[in-house]
Amino acid sequence: MKIPFYYILRNFFARKLTASITIVGVALVVFVFAAVLMMAYGVEKALISTGSDENAIITRKGSNNEISSIIDLQTANELSTLKGIAKDAQGKVVVSYEVATVINLDKKSGGMSNVSVRGVSPQVFVLRPGVKLAQGTWFRSGSREIVVGKQTNARFQGAALGDKVKFGGDFWTIVGIMDANGSAFDSEMWVDVEQLRGAYKRDAYSSMTFKFTSKDDLETMKSKISGDPRLNQMEVEIERSFFEKQSEALAMFLRVLGLVVTIIFSVGAMIGAMITMYTSVANRTVEIGTLRALGFRRGAVLFAFLFESLMLSLVGGVSGLILASGLTFFSISTMNFSSFSELAFSFAMSPSIIITSLLFAILMGFVGGVLPSWRASRMKIVDSLRGA
Amino acid sequence: MTTAIKVENVSKTYTRDKMSVPVLNNVSIEIPEGEFVALMGPSGSGKTTLLNLIAGIDRPTGGRVSVQGEDIGTMNESSLAKWRSRNIGFIFQFYNLIPVLTAYENVELPLMLTPLSKAQRKQQVETSLAIVGLADRMKHTPNQLSGGQQQRVAIARAIATDPNIIVADEPTGDLDKKSALEIMTLLERLNKEFGKTIIMVTHDPSAAEHAHIVRHLDKGDLLPEGA
Repeated sequence: MKIPFYYILRNFFARKLTASITIVGVALVVFVFAAVLMMAYGVEKALISTGSDENAIITRKGSNNEISSIIDLQTANELSTLKGIAKDAQGKVVVSYEVATVINLDKKSGGMSNVSVRGVSPQVFVLRPGVKLAQGTWFRSGSREIVVGKQTNARFQGAALGDKVKFGGDFWTIVGIMDANGSAFDSEMWVDVEQLRGAYKRDAYSSMTFKFTSKDDLETMKSKISGDPRLNQMEVEIERSFFEKQSEALAMFLRVLGLVVTIIFSVGAMIGAMITMYTSVANRTVEIGTLRALGFRRGAVLFAFLFESLMLSLVGGVSGLILASGLTFFSISTMNFSSFSELAFSFAMSPSIIITSLLFAILMGFVGGVLPSWRASRMKIVDSLRGA
Repeated sequence: MTTAIKVENVSKTYTRDKMSVPVLNNVSIEIPEGEFVALMGPSGSGKTTLLNLIAGIDRPTGGRVSVQGEDIGTMNESSLAKWRSRNIGFIFQFYNLIPVLTAYENVELPLMLTPLSKAQRKQQVETSLAIVGLADRMKHTPNQLSGGQQQRVAIARAIATDPNIIVADEPTGDLDKKSALEIMTLLERLNKEFGKTIIMVTHDPSAAEHAHIVRHLDKGDLLPEGA
C-alpha cells in the first residue's frame, strides 16, 4: 500500500525554493567531501604510480624513506651480485644505484620549498620506461647536468631549460624536462648518481632499485639478505608497495583533516534538510490526515516523506559530485612528509569516491528526514485533518 | 431495513493541556442501511467527533461503534486503515484534494489501496468522474477547478472504491448557494440511485433538508429525534 511515486516526485518539484536551497547545501558539503577524498586519492595515485610491480627497492631497515637510508658502496656491490636481479642483453644487472637529497628552491607562487634531487644510474631508463623526455636532452654521465620533472619545471623559479641551479658546491645546468606521467618523479630533478655522490662527498647510496627475475627469486634473495650478517641491515621491498607506504601518511592526513571539516559542514546541511522536511510536513498536515483517512498506513506516510528527503539529498549529492569532477582538471602541490619535498598531484576521481560521496549524501538526507517523517507518520488523523 | 451503523453509549473525552474536555456523552444512534442522515448542532456540540468515530478515524473513550456488524473499536490501527479504505468514502468541507495531483489522480488515490489493475482503476476513476459530471476535467489540478468542481472531484474520490457508507463533514460549508445545491443534489442521487448510506454534518438547514433524518447534538448530547 504505497503512496504513488509521482505524488512524492511532484511534491519535490512543488517546493522549488526550499528544495533548491537544501540541494545546494548538500551539494556543497558533498563537493568538499569528494574533493578531500579526490585529493587523498590523487596523492596515492601519484606515489603508487611512481613504483612498479616489476621492480624492487633495497633500503636500510628502519628508514621509511630514501633520504634517511644509507647503503655503503661495499654493501651495494655485494647486493648487486645476488641472484634474483635481472640482466640486460649485454649481461649487465638492471640496477639503478640512487642517491636522494633535497634542495631549496623559490616557488613561482611565492615562498620556498624543498625539491627532491635524485641521482640515478644509466639503467634507470630500463627500470622506469614510463619516464619520457619532454624537452631537451638527458643529462650526460660524468657531467653536472639536470633533467627536471615537468611539475618542478612548472612550479619553481629557475627550473627552466638552460637555467643553472646551485647545490653541492657547484652549478648544475638544466638540459632537459621529463614527463613521468603524473607520478612523483614529475616533482623531482634527476642527475648522474656518481656526480651527486661526488658533489656531496658521500661514500654511500640511498637506495638500489632493480628489476627482479621472479617473485620466487625475490623471496630467496630476501632470506639470503636476512641470513647474511653483512647484509641483514638492508631490506628489499617491491617498489610499488614502498611508494604506497610513502603515500599513506599524507593521504591519511588529508583524509582525516578533510573528514573533520566535512562532518562539521554536514551538520549544517542536515539541519537544512531537517528544516525543509519539517516545513514540508507542517505545510501538508491536512494532506497527511487525508491520506491516512483514505486508508494509507503510517508506514506509507513515513516512507513517502523519508523518500522525499533522500531524493533531495541524492540530487544534492549528484550535483556536488558533478562540481567536484571539475577538479580533475586541476593539480596542486603539497609537502610530502615522507620525502620532505614538494609533491605535485592531480585531484583524482574513483568509483569508490562516487559511491562513498553518494552514500554520505543519502546519510545526510536520512538523518535530516527521519524525524520530520516520523512526526508526519505519528500524527493523529483527526488532528491532521484540523491542520493542527 | 438492516442496520448499517450502530453507536452504543459512546462517549469521547479529549485531554487538552491536562484538562479533560468531554465532547460526547453516552450517545447512541442506529442508522439503517441506505439512509441519509444529517447531524446538526452548534459548534462544539460533538457532531464532527461523532462522524469521525463512525468513520473510524478516531476512537471512543467509552461505548461501542459497529459498522455493518463489525465492532470497529476492536480493530488495530492497520486493520482499521484497511477497513476504512474499503467501507468509507470521505467528503470534507475544504475538499482536501492533493494539490499536486490531477483530478484523475486524486480519484485514483484510494484505488491504489485495492488490488485492482491499472486498467480496472482507470475504469473506476472514469466512471466516478462521469457520475459527478467532470469527465472532461480529468487532467486539471485542484487549483484549476472552482470550489464546486473540487468538491465534486472529492465526491468522485469518495465513491471510487464503491463504499457503502459516505461521511461528509460540512460538504457545502465552503461553497456558494448554487454550487451547494449541485453538491446536495449529487449526494441525494448517490443515496437514491446507488443506495449509499450517507451521514452528513452540516450547519446549513437547506443542506439538511436533503437528508431523510436530521438529528441534533448539543453540548455532547444527541437530542431525541424531532427535537
